Amino acid sequence: MRTLFPILSVLAVLIAIWYAAVAPMNIRGALDVAERAGAEVVPPDARARFDTSVWVLMANNPEHIAAGYSLDRPRLPTPQQVGQELWKTTGEMALKGRPMSKRSLIYHGWITLQSTLWGFVLGTALGMAGAIAIVYSRVVDMSLMPWAIISQTVPIVALAPMIIVLSSQVGIEGRGVPKAIISAYLCYFPVLVGMVKGLRSPGTAQLDLLKTYSASGLQAFLKLRLPASMPYLFTSLKIGIAAALVGTIVGELPTGAISGLGARILIGDQFGTPLAIWAALAAAAILAGLLVTLLDLLQRITLRRMGMQA
Amino acid sequence: MQDHAQAAVIDHGTSTPVISAKSLDLTFQTNDGPVHALSGIDLDIGKGEFVSFIGPSGCGKTTFLRCVAALETPTGGSLTVNGMSPDESRKARAYGYVFQAAGLYPWRTIEKNIALPLEIMGYSKAEQAERIVRVLDLVELSNFGKKYPWQLSGGMQQRASIARALAFDADILLMDEPFGALDEIVRDHLNEQLLALWARTDKTIGFVTHSIPEAVYLSTKIVVMSPRPGRITDIIDSPLPKERPLDIRDTPEFLAVAHRVREGLRAGHAYDD
Repeated sequence: MRTLFPILSVLAVLIAIWYAAVAPMNIRGALDVAERAGAEVVPPDARARFDTSVWVLMANNPEHIAAGYSLDRPRLPTPQQVGQELWKTTGEMALKGRPMSKRSLIYHGWITLQSTLWGFVLGTALGMAGAIAIVYSRVVDMSLMPWAIISQTVPIVALAPMIIVLSSQVGIEGRGVPKAIISAYLCYFPVLVGMVKGLRSPGTAQLDLLKTYSASGLQAFLKLRLPASMPYLFTSLKIGIAAALVGTIVGELPTGAISGLGARILIGDQFGTPLAIWAALAAAAILAGLLVTLLDLLQRITLRRMGMQA
Repeated sequence: MQDHAQAAVIDHGTSTPVISAKSLDLTFQTNDGPVHALSGIDLDIGKGEFVSFIGPSGCGKTTFLRCVAALETPTGGSLTVNGMSPDESRKARAYGYVFQAAGLYPWRTIEKNIALPLEIMGYSKAEQAERIVRVLDLVELSNFGKKYPWQLSGGMQQRASIARALAFDADILLMDEPFGALDEIVRDHLNEQLLALWARTDKTIGFVTHSIPEAVYLSTKIVVMSPRPGRITDIIDSPLPKERPLDIRDTPEFLAVAHRVREGLRAGHAYDD
């Protein structure tokens, strides 16, 4: 309850700003519709309206502002419209018994979730392996770390089509694998950085203590470095899974994919159906929220079992 | 088996020192040139002695302890522990080391923390349990085995870390300012407990401290050191009896020893900074 209240307060503020923004964003659309319906608008000429600022249009046509909140193809849909569209493409379809229809966001979300999870597993494995190598080998630290940082400066949007083309060239069919690779490409980095920090978190005294027991390197890793890195790992995993989801959606965008939330966003754009874009966007946000919350829960349970939290 | 080995050491103990340093040198190469951390250290520590090392920062008292523990490698002279090299004696589990910070693992209960060295050294589960009970009793923490470190006070945490160092029956206990971060009252109490523990276990103890009263109260032998280069300026064999209530600190004998320690510290300190 204590954590819920601040979150809900921020949400309420965001929704208020959203509703307020709908009026200026949609005034042109509302006036166009009103003009076609034969109503009187100022200025009556569409070209003249194009050159007039939205604030002047709102001041001159106060009676048409309300219409901007219920357009079929709004520039900016209201939260309510997005909610309705989201319900129509998820819950309602599930109630009709067709949750996996090609029109259902549950189906597209599932496609995206699969790639995200594969990318997350792959990226986490790579990140952890890289971190262990970096912590235990100075050579790897000097050689791998700079490249890991450079890898994140390459825009993933530029890289994504190449990965798809290259993977189809080597005979990988379908988009699942390349999408997972793109997703892992974004996901491994936070895990790598967090794990390096976590594995290095034990101080000299801690390591000296193990030395006085003549502990082996493996024992030092399993009994000290690995458990000490757990809080760092979970923080990284939460960032990592969000990055993996973004990676998957980016992987679905410029690649001619027809399923997945990214594809829904692109198709919505191409067919001029903003509600579909916003619904897919909202679905992606909800998916990310669920994944991060799940990991947060896992973190609490694990750390509590390790006795690290009160 | 273990008892026989211990008995053998005791037989020899009266004649050969447990820790023996002869003209020991340790020079660190740093960017600002060589630092003489230890220079010409000659010291013999006999079985069952309680030896304190006292001196200002940089006098090498901790470095000497770390050399004994094979955490640092001397650059000159000789150093033997139980007649072996420090490295060999470490592998023979000759000593337990207590650091200034208790350094308990926050994800392990006190019991599990004490089990750490035992796990690493491959003791059986049954033997681990038996030893945990014994050392928890030694440091008077019997009811706290299931607690996590954060549930204990600083003094109790340090006692737990002493228990951890005692768990594998090393004959030598090396303590690097173990009570340095604790307040005076807790420190007095722990000093009393440590003396009682020493009397019960007959360990050889090397103890680094900044505090003159602590050094005098605890020790049979006080090694006064001074910096640049780190060297021994005085070795004082304490005339105080083994039985030491806290109020012994007001007796003339105690004050005389404390005075000599202070003189030694003053003589070794150049006051050039």
